[in-house]
Amino acid sequence: MTTAPSAGEPPALELCGIDKWFGANHANVAVSLSVARGTIHGIIGENGAGKTTVMSIVYGYLRPDSGTVRLNGEPLACRSPADAIRRGVGMVHQHFMLVDTFTALENVLLGAEGGRLIGPALAHARRELERLARDYGLEVDLERPVGELPVGAQQRVEILKALYRGADLLILDEPTGVLTPPETVHLFRVLRALRAQGKTIVIITHKLREIMALTDRVTVMRRGRVVDTLATAATKREALAERMVGRTVPLTVDKPAATLGAPVLEVERLRVLGADGRERVRGVSFQVRAGEVVGIAGVSGNGQLELLEALAGMRPVAGGRVRLTGLDLTARPDLFTAGGLRRLGVAHVPEDRQKVGLVTGFPAYENLILGHHGDSALTGRLLMRWRAIKARCAAVMDRYDVRPRDVSLPVSGFSGGNQQKIVLAREIEADPALLLVGQPTRGVDIGAIDVIHRRLLDLRAAGKAILLVSVELDEILALSDRILVMFDGALVGETTPDAADERRLGLMMAGAASQS
Amino acid sequence: MTSETHGAASGDAGPARAPGGLPAWADYGLLPLLNLTAALAVSALVILAIGENPLAVLSVMVGEALGYPEAVGYTLYYATGYIFTGLAVAVAFHAGLFNIGGEGQAYLGGLGAGLVALAVPGWPWWAAALAGTAAAGLFGAAWAWVPGWLQARRGSHIVITTIMFNFLAASLMTWLLVDVLIKPGQQSPESREFDPGVWLPTMDRALGWVGITVAPSPLNLSFLWALTCCGLVYLFLWHTRWGYALRVVGRNERAAVYAGMSPARVIVLAMALSGALAGFSGVNDILGVQHRLLLNVTNGVGFVGIAVALMGRNHPVGIVLAALLFGILAQGGGQVSFDFPRLNRELVMVIQGLVILFAGALEHLFRPRVAALFRRRAMAAVAGGGL
Repeated sequence: MTTAPSAGEPPALELCGIDKWFGANHANVAVSLSVARGTIHGIIGENGAGKTTVMSIVYGYLRPDSGTVRLNGEPLACRSPADAIRRGVGMVHQHFMLVDTFTALENVLLGAEGGRLIGPALAHARRELERLARDYGLEVDLERPVGELPVGAQQRVEILKALYRGADLLILDEPTGVLTPPETVHLFRVLRALRAQGKTIVIITHKLREIMALTDRVTVMRRGRVVDTLATAATKREALAERMVGRTVPLTVDKPAATLGAPVLEVERLRVLGADGRERVRGVSFQVRAGEVVGIAGVSGNGQLELLEALAGMRPVAGGRVRLTGLDLTARPDLFTAGGLRRLGVAHVPEDRQKVGLVTGFPAYENLILGHHGDSALTGRLLMRWRAIKARCAAVMDRYDVRPRDVSLPVSGFSGGNQQKIVLAREIEADPALLLVGQPTRGVDIGAIDVIHRRLLDLRAAGKAILLVSVELDEILALSDRILVMFDGALVGETTPDAADERRLGLMMAGAASQS
Repeated sequence: MTSETHGAASGDAGPARAPGGLPAWADYGLLPLLNLTAALAVSALVILAIGENPLAVLSVMVGEALGYPEAVGYTLYYATGYIFTGLAVAVAFHAGLFNIGGEGQAYLGGLGAGLVALAVPGWPWWAAALAGTAAAGLFGAAWAWVPGWLQARRGSHIVITTIMFNFLAASLMTWLLVDVLIKPGQQSPESREFDPGVWLPTMDRALGWVGITVAPSPLNLSFLWALTCCGLVYLFLWHTRWGYALRVVGRNERAAVYAGMSPARVIVLAMALSGALAGFSGVNDILGVQHRLLLNVTNGVGFVGIAVALMGRNHPVGIVLAALLFGILAQGGGQVSFDFPRLNRELVMVIQGLVILFAGALEHLFRPRVAALFRRRAMAAVAGGGL
């Protein structure tokens, strides 16, 4: 299916067998791809598929463990982004790298002053930027502090920065994640104008619609590997979704039929605001019954984190109703707190175990009582019962196979999987009525995944309710009794693992189903 | 006490696993010693440059601080105040707060103790001491509570507010002593002397009651209270649920929220405790030595407390040792200027400053090298065992 670039002219960018390890995580596995000059090339894949890693290697942030990068046929071995910039590579990051209090002009010039005096450089930059703005539709108010500009304009400043430094190859990492629809349209117009002028553009995204609308060719990545490279015109959304999500690899966990009990968690039209004040959960309704695992599938950043944190009492609810075994929590703000919910039998395995679920500098046994330090079984009238806590910790580490079995080792000394086992052990051992789990196996080695999945199913067999949020579709399919798909703060679909059509699931997760 | 054996191995105070893979004795013994040696070496260069013999100076300094009973008393008297303020800094530090307002809190603590002493002539000394200590703690706590509250509820940075509260404390005391508490018919801004009955007994007097004779010195019973506070702070931080919550907030505020704690409440509590501890150093000076309220009585005790806590690794045992060191510097250093006319008091402060620099600010100067040394040795041992 791959069409070879026109003979004679070397590709603008060519990657050959790139391998990259992060500790035990193989982020890029023999990645090879080639991008023809003057085209827009899309790289699509789920979170953690290795898209950003491979482009960070091109831009000189990371060094590959093996493999080569060629730019216009010449080897490119960047030690730093400065090297990449010199060779005509520009990158626009997902999170902008701008000084908010500087004007757009000053931001563009930052690092490219070209002399001791700033005056002549400013004048030159202003002329040059006005030309670029005219040519490509990159209009920006050059004199305003960047912090006051709308997000779309900030992004244009980033693009101007790259072009001003002479970029011929422009890499954009999830450029539309923060844009409004009109801003996205504007961006695409700019990118097409750049292509018309012979620039080469690589765009990293997980949104199928953008790939279809913008790119000439598309590379699909999954779990660090290149799955396929296709001409966009010759493919369909469905085919891309299937390659992006991958065929089912059913994990070998025996899941007996569910014996459903009474509803434990009932959520009605729940609305939650994000840290930036934008509505991240928009009127979500669902329920979780005793003995049931409800899985929420979706690409990360679509409101799952906010939903879970709100249900765990860590984030205020902006509207709607939440009931726990019949008790209206929204009417009881005194109970609808992290501490209150824990006393009511809600356990929570947070998405980010290191920043939220653990105190990494504390030893294992002190982490085992996080959230339960007020329980009378653990604390005497005055002094903590450390000896009992340590004994319990040792027993729990045995049961959950936490390695090494050292209760006094600081949690930072355990691997990700073992850290997660400690969190899971703590939350499950509290014998909850409802367990909220976010990304239970993110960054966890395969052996630990199995232990974690079996523990969750044990809990289900014991008649507990489990709400599982995961970006791993395999995990959702393996564990859930019902699957809800979340996109842009709303539940856009419901299915069961048996009836699940993966292609449709993939489309729904990418927000395509609602538009097609 | 059920958990004595738990002791030093608990929490991040547990020296069993020091950061950087060093054995505990190296982390808590060897490294501070190296830092101290480096500070003394640089001090020696300064003394040489001035034209004195560093070894002679050092021997005078140590001799005047530890060489005879009276000197030891003085050294311990200085150490008492440093223990209180060192503990104050440590408690705040474990909650993730940098309390540099120990000076003002100590000043206010002294005011509290002094007001009680002025108000209760005729009370037995122990009753006055109890009430005075309580008042010192309350005044210090109140003075630290305000910055704590501002940090917790308004996000005002604790470093800025506590240092401003030092100035406020100084102004407040000046006003009180010049306009309100001054003994009538007197020029210097001091209160009248307390009734001798409520003076906190000096150690020589107290030991005299049980038939032990020691040389007279300003060392008083608040030294025992300082050591008691070390034990109490240790128990609080590592053996109570409140201390646990305080340490969680200090290490990871989001985890604290996740665990259902209220970081704001913990921050306010930590600052109040910290202020109370700093306030106790006022008991040492006002009830134990000066026996009246006067200006500038704290004389830097709050700031030295920062260095003491840094050097003592925010652990009560380390704080006692570091307080002793700074007590030696204060007492011995003061005498040096008598014996060596060319070395004035400021030079002693240079030496103290160098100790703070090497023990505190440059704490990690030798760490990587020593850690590498230990790694090599460990590897050599493994290789040797394999043969």
